[in-house]
Amino acid sequence: MDESIMINVEKLNKSFGDLHVLKDINMVVKQSEVVCLIGASGSGKSTLLRCLNFLEIKDSGIVTIGGEKIEKETHDLNEVRARVGMVFQHFNLFPHKTVLENVMEAPIYVKKRQKEEVMKEAKALLKKVGLSDKENVYPSKLSGGQKQRVAIARALAMKPEIMLFDEPTSALDPELVGEVLSTMKELAEEGMTMVVVTHEMGFAKEVANWAVYLHGGKIVEVGHPKDLFTNPKEERTKNFLDSVL
Amino acid sequence: MDLFTKFIDTYPVFLKGMQLTFELTIVSIVIAIFIGLFFAFLKISNIKILEWIADLYIFIVRGTPLVVLIFIFFFGLTALNISDFLAVVLGLAFHNGAYIAEIFRGAIQSIDNGQMEAGRSLGMTKSLTMRRIILPQASRRALPPLGNQFIIALKDSSLASFIGMYELFNVATTHGSLKYDYMSYLLIVAVYYLVLVLFFSIIVHLIEKKMSSSD
Ligand SMILES: Nc1ncnc2c1ncn2[C@@H]1O[C@H](COP(=O)(O)OP(=O)(O)O)[C@@H](O)[C@H]1O
Ligand SMILES: [Mg+2]
Repeated sequence: MDESIMINVEKLNKSFGDLHVLKDINMVVKQSEVVCLIGASGSGKSTLLRCLNFLEIKDSGIVTIGGEKIEKETHDLNEVRARVGMVFQHFNLFPHKTVLENVMEAPIYVKKRQKEEVMKEAKALLKKVGLSDKENVYPSKLSGGQKQRVAIARALAMKPEIMLFDEPTSALDPELVGEVLSTMKELAEEGMTMVVVTHEMGFAKEVANWAVYLHGGKIVEVGHPKDLFTNPKEERTKNFLDSVL
Repeated sequence: MDLFTKFIDTYPVFLKGMQLTFELTIVSIVIAIFIGLFFAFLKISNIKILEWIADLYIFIVRGTPLVVLIFIFFFGLTALNISDFLAVVLGLAFHNGAYIAEIFRGAIQSIDNGQMEAGRSLGMTKSLTMRRIILPQASRRALPPLGNQFIIALKDSSLASFIGMYELFNVATTHGSLKYDYMSYLLIVAVYYLVLVLFFSIIVHLIEKKMSSSD
């Protein structure tokens, strides 16, 4: 297999009871690529992301991460999850821990690393996302944009191979969207492999290598963001874009 | 002789009784917290048989008067050479454990599911996330109802007088019958209980304040 393929999904299917949510999804993401997922609410975007870090377990199909075919029978999924970072729409910071503790938690308790060393890295990450002055603050004191940047730093602290973002800016006030997107853009420029569920078309056009339109659990159209957004081939893509833009 | 003089005359015995009340309450609540945690985990285990066991336990406790439980534990356990004190403590713990289980279950389930997801997405196991992320938040939420249950347990410990424990209430009724003056000593013992409850309410309040520093 091509060494630079970070995510490979083949004929992925996932149902919740009778509800068939993902239908024969195929997808390849190479090293350092940024992929945007778009689609109406309920189309299966979150479920697809969650299958990529095994918060949901697929019913059938293949998911490979970093060239390794991951199966719950053969892999410790907790370990795999540590390699795939995830950022949530509602941040999900740990409210009983300070910003710095949020970032340090997993390296210390999952990787069992030295506290001093982890703290140094955590501080560097917080500096990177522009929140050095908030290290000892509790999440409740932060704005939405700051919270999301802490969440990004927290995920990065595990040194993931891949970062997944599930609508990272849709819970934010409009004036706070920019700071989060620019942090993500920086990350992309550093070569992070990213899958991003977003309807921020500007970000997608500027940063994403390609975009995927998901409808009813199927991939309907794939293309370069500029083409897909301005010149969709499929009628369904066009209708969707008309409804969100 | 006025009430105050009676209070002064009897306070050494009452303090002794208070100590026993205090010990009965503290020891039984500590055990009840472990029982409660255990059954709370059964209830959220998503394993039907374990949930049924927890439901049955809670049903039994809810459906029996505490005084009956205390007598059953007392006669049952002292027959096995277990001390009076421990027998009563276990009866109280068995009773309070059910209410505390419900308190913990409610507190754990009130924590947003996103917390578990965030922990898991960082590679933490379910049990590590439970321990490091969910339980600290849940115990903070459980604290006010736990404090409340503690106060209920403190007052319920007076039922231990029925099997001869010389705790506060028993001290009061014993004095009452000796002196043919129930009312005075009942009023005095009521004050002891009120002061104890006030004391614990303040402690619980202080802990709550300390724990909520992050909000
Ligand atoms: N844990 C679950 N149990 C049952 N149904 C679910 C679950 N998660 C998602 N679904 C359903 O799957 C469908 C796709 O959901 P989702 O992936 O969240 O869509 P999107 O993120 O595109 O809005 C929806 O109909 C949703 O109700
Ligand atoms: Mg979603």
